[in-house]
Amino acid sequence: MTLYSKNIFETIHMIEKEKLDIRTITMGISLLDCIDSDGAKARLKIYDKITKLAANLVKVGDEIETEYGIPIINKRIAVTPISLVASASKEDHYGEYARTLDEAAKQVGVNFIGGFSAMVQKGFTKGDRVLIESIPQVLNETERVCSSVNVATSQAGINMDAVKLMGKIIKDTAYLTRDRDSLGCAKLVVFANAVEDNPFMAGAFQGIGEPEVVINVGVSGPGVVKKALEKVKGQPLHVVAENIKKTAFKITRAGQLVGNEVSRRLKVPFGILDLSLAPTPEIGDSVARILEEIGLEVCGTHGTTAALALLNDAVKKGGIMASSSVGGLSGAFIPVSEDEGMINAVKCGALTFDKLEAMTSVCSVGLDMIAVPGDTKESTIAAIIADEAAIGVINHKTTAVRIIPVYGKKVGERAEFGGLLGYAPIMPVHEFSSEEFISRGGRIPAPIHSFKN
Amino acid sequence: MKAIITVIGKDKVGIIYAVTKILTENNVNIEDISQTILQDYFTMMMLVNLSKMNCDFNRLKEQLDILGDEIGLSIKIQREEIFNYMHNI
Repeated sequence: MTLYSKNIFETIHMIEKEKLDIRTITMGISLLDCIDSDGAKARLKIYDKITKLAANLVKVGDEIETEYGIPIINKRIAVTPISLVASASKEDHYGEYARTLDEAAKQVGVNFIGGFSAMVQKGFTKGDRVLIESIPQVLNETERVCSSVNVATSQAGINMDAVKLMGKIIKDTAYLTRDRDSLGCAKLVVFANAVEDNPFMAGAFQGIGEPEVVINVGVSGPGVVKKALEKVKGQPLHVVAENIKKTAFKITRAGQLVGNEVSRRLKVPFGILDLSLAPTPEIGDSVARILEEIGLEVCGTHGTTAALALLNDAVKKGGIMASSSVGGLSGAFIPVSEDEGMINAVKCGALTFDKLEAMTSVCSVGLDMIAVPGDTKESTIAAIIADEAAIGVINHKTTAVRIIPVYGKKVGERAEFGGLLGYAPIMPVHEFSSEEFISRGGRIPAPIHSFKN
Repeated sequence: MKAIITVIGKDKVGIIYAVTKILTENNVNIEDISQTILQDYFTMMMLVNLSKMNCDFNRLKEQLDILGDEIGLSIKIQREEIFNYMHNI
């Protein structure tokens, strides 16, 4: 056991000192069989289905945490996009559906439920419009419901009418939740190329290609990667990449074990494992600090995009070797408010909005948890979404915008969201207008898929 | 079901006795054990078999936690698979 002891202590050290954790166990539940022309009946079916299938989710998560000694931070639920489920009921507001989801989430004890969503990359159905117009009120009145809207794909191009509308929806949500630093916007993600099996909030939903019910697991461990890199200080970058890969392998294996075990105990098939370096505001749990460990004075300076590209790719490679069910977003998240190093980089002026946008072309998602002035125009927010969607569509990757125009606040102030959502300094955006571009509406056609240069 | 128990902390008389006493009471068999003392720091690892255990996992963990608090050491019990999974292909 002496040889073995090194591994045992390495694992214990990763969990205790470097904050290795299972970030989320997300149960995906299809609600397609709950569709009913009578909205009240549909909601009853939804509540019953969720509370029955997820009744033991939290209990099983806690048991596994105790037995394996690895923290499982969140237990969550993702459901079929509600625009698909609710449209048959012909209601003109989906607030009641959201309330049902909120109540079901409370009943089973999960902290977020995702899927108040619509897929409108090519156009709106009646249900999509009703859903999107319900978003501000829903995010104000519910506690645990998360919302997402997919406005673009590489196959369909960018629906600029939807992009324009989302600019308004984000502003309205910010206004309605103004007493909480516009917190509602932290529960709303605008996607390009959204994935159907992402376990992470706020963008999780159960895609229609998914089974009846499924367990998806999200693993995290920025602290573990940073510590591993401290051991290869000054060495060439391929050594850094190799080291990240090996570390990602170990983290993923822990997630695979937990996923299998949750799936076995709940008798629900295991879907995917998403290895994402998802930071938290705590010291030692930051993606920005990994980039700095690679050799940047402060995250955001020249070289940041290259370092992040290396990190994101190495994480994926290690993860894919460790599990044959890697899916979701898998890579490095770069949310600002949820990452202590990012917050610091913004505060000291090293990390700007434009640099963040460049970083999203190589990270696993997009512009995430960025607080901007409350008086930012709708068209400017829509233009930010359009830029981000274009990066995703052209590069065949998922991109997203989760931006918070904090009502009543200006550059230099800060927004407090609390808990895992953290806090963020308000960042400046460009003041020149994008109004005319956005007001054109229409579609940006799908890009050509050859002649790539 | 097998588990790894790790004990880390300042060395003192009777650590192994106190831990094994709890294991005996709960009918937990020790299959392997190793310990080292480095600059007064005691580290011990045990591979234990829980298949004939006469209480549930939580209860055993609680008893070890209480003992850890009493004698001022960190005592952990974790199922063995987590270590195997993370370090072996």
